[in-house]
Amino acid sequence: MTGINWRGVGAIFHHEMMRFFRTIWQSLASPVLSTVLYFVVFGAAIGGRIQSVEGVEYGAFIVPGLMMLTVLQQSVSNASFGIYFPKFSGTIYEYLVSPVGWVEVTMGFVGAAAAKALLIALVILLTSFAFVGVHILHPFWMLAFLTLSALGFSLLGFIIGLWAKSFEQLQIVPMMVIMPLVFLGGAFYSASMLPPFWEAVAKLNPVLYLISGVRWSFFGLADVPVGVSLAAVGLMVVICLAIIRWIFATGWRLRD
Amino acid sequence: MAAIIEIDRLSKQYGSGTRALDNVSMSIDEGEIIALLGPNGAGKTTMISIICGLVVPTGGTVRVGGHDIRTDWRAARRLIGLVPQEIALEPFEKVINCVRFTRGLYGMPPDEAYVERILRALSLWDKRDAATRELSGGMKRRVLIAKALAHQPRVLFLDEPTAGVDVALRREMWEVVADLRREGVTIILTTHYLEEAEQMADRIGVIAKGRLLLVRPTAELIGEFGRKTLTIELDQPLQAIPAELHGRGLGLSDDGRRLSFDYDTRADRTGIARLLGDLAAQGISVRDVSTRQSSLEDVFLSLVSEDAA
Repeated sequence: MTGINWRGVGAIFHHEMMRFFRTIWQSLASPVLSTVLYFVVFGAAIGGRIQSVEGVEYGAFIVPGLMMLTVLQQSVSNASFGIYFPKFSGTIYEYLVSPVGWVEVTMGFVGAAAAKALLIALVILLTSFAFVGVHILHPFWMLAFLTLSALGFSLLGFIIGLWAKSFEQLQIVPMMVIMPLVFLGGAFYSASMLPPFWEAVAKLNPVLYLISGVRWSFFGLADVPVGVSLAAVGLMVVICLAIIRWIFATGWRLRD
Repeated sequence: MAAIIEIDRLSKQYGSGTRALDNVSMSIDEGEIIALLGPNGAGKTTMISIICGLVVPTGGTVRVGGHDIRTDWRAARRLIGLVPQEIALEPFEKVINCVRFTRGLYGMPPDEAYVERILRALSLWDKRDAATRELSGGMKRRVLIAKALAHQPRVLFLDEPTAGVDVALRREMWEVVADLRREGVTIILTTHYLEEAEQMADRIGVIAKGRLLLVRPTAELIGEFGRKTLTIELDQPLQAIPAELHGRGLGLSDDGRRLSFDYDTRADRTGIARLLGDLAAQGISVRDVSTRQSSLEDVFLSLVSEDAA
């Protein structure tokens, strides 16, 4: 590789972020609204009967899970739409004829998708302050977990966008895979609340490790060791990068 | 003059076995305008797409400004601008942002004065803040040209710049190309229209079935294929061509109702006026006249059949 075209990366990143800011209110309104609904339903209505999980008020307990839910959904949808739209409109040709390689294109699109997801997650954290008292034990690690998860799932979304041939395909993976994984990954409960067999099954879900890690950064509570969580998200980033590199090297669904 | 593009035995075979490009070699000098002529599916777009990086060749090499497009692709691509055949623009983006974006993508520092200059040159300055979806087809095409020029390329590829474009806009495109040539930009364009190639190009390359049949200076090629046939329909059928009109290369149809006359469109005197005058003097009255130029299809057919022989 003969030096990275940083201006090219900046151009893609800026272009993607501008698209986000053009529709800033739609971008923020929907996740904030759904978070408020989660608080009302899970926090107030159900949480009133649960009281506390492992010593943490239930309303506060679900905050890390809600942030993670948002980060994962937003990362996948931002990144997949970001790269799919140029394919759909035909402007993808520009990325293929200009002096940017897979590294620049991935950094631009995935960086912007992850940045948007993190911004929205922080807005959700601020929203949650209005409902429950949340104290963050390890703010640095919270940011680290959120950032790594945003990157990992933006990379996954990027692959989905490269693979998709229609808007329907673009929707199906987030709907059929991401949502169930997040719900079953302990966003609203602790895996230790499950019977032993189901707890073992739950631990096959990679998202559990991410939610556990971010919950640990809030409350010091974790379903799995923090090191394992970090390794899981790191592994995901590496695998996704390898797949993207392969796609660009072979031109699969990009070049003839 | 130094060659800016050197194409050596370039081939492209698709998985299906279709040979889209077959052993094409040519060299293009800096500052010249080359028109690639050929019917649909001849391989023109494949050739451009390979040089620009959209299609991976199965054989041969291309060097742009001395840089191999495969091994030294970043340097090669910095020199190239592409105006694609299909209009593809981000619909909600402002015109000026589209141009700025492309400049950034090519790793060039922002230069608002330059961006303004291109937009003004392409009569887009007044529309700079309009979203591209609000523009007419002709304006969208000009935005594509502005984008292709955003990074000050030395070579510009125009893939059928006037396909589906009305006559007025076609002339406008020709003017844009003429301006670019004055700035020293090398231009490679593809077209179906002989007239277009004649208007703009220094040299014409004819491609059919993936093969480059010839590359010749425009003037030479037009001279060869620039003959027209004048058909004169007569009021009354003639038995034979009158003796006074012999030696002019006239032909008479079997029914005696039509005279045909071949002439060179580029000659100072085509001989048409004199012929019509002489017909009148002979008392032969003319009902109608029409002309026909040997079409590109004819040219291709004759070239392809020569090639096969």
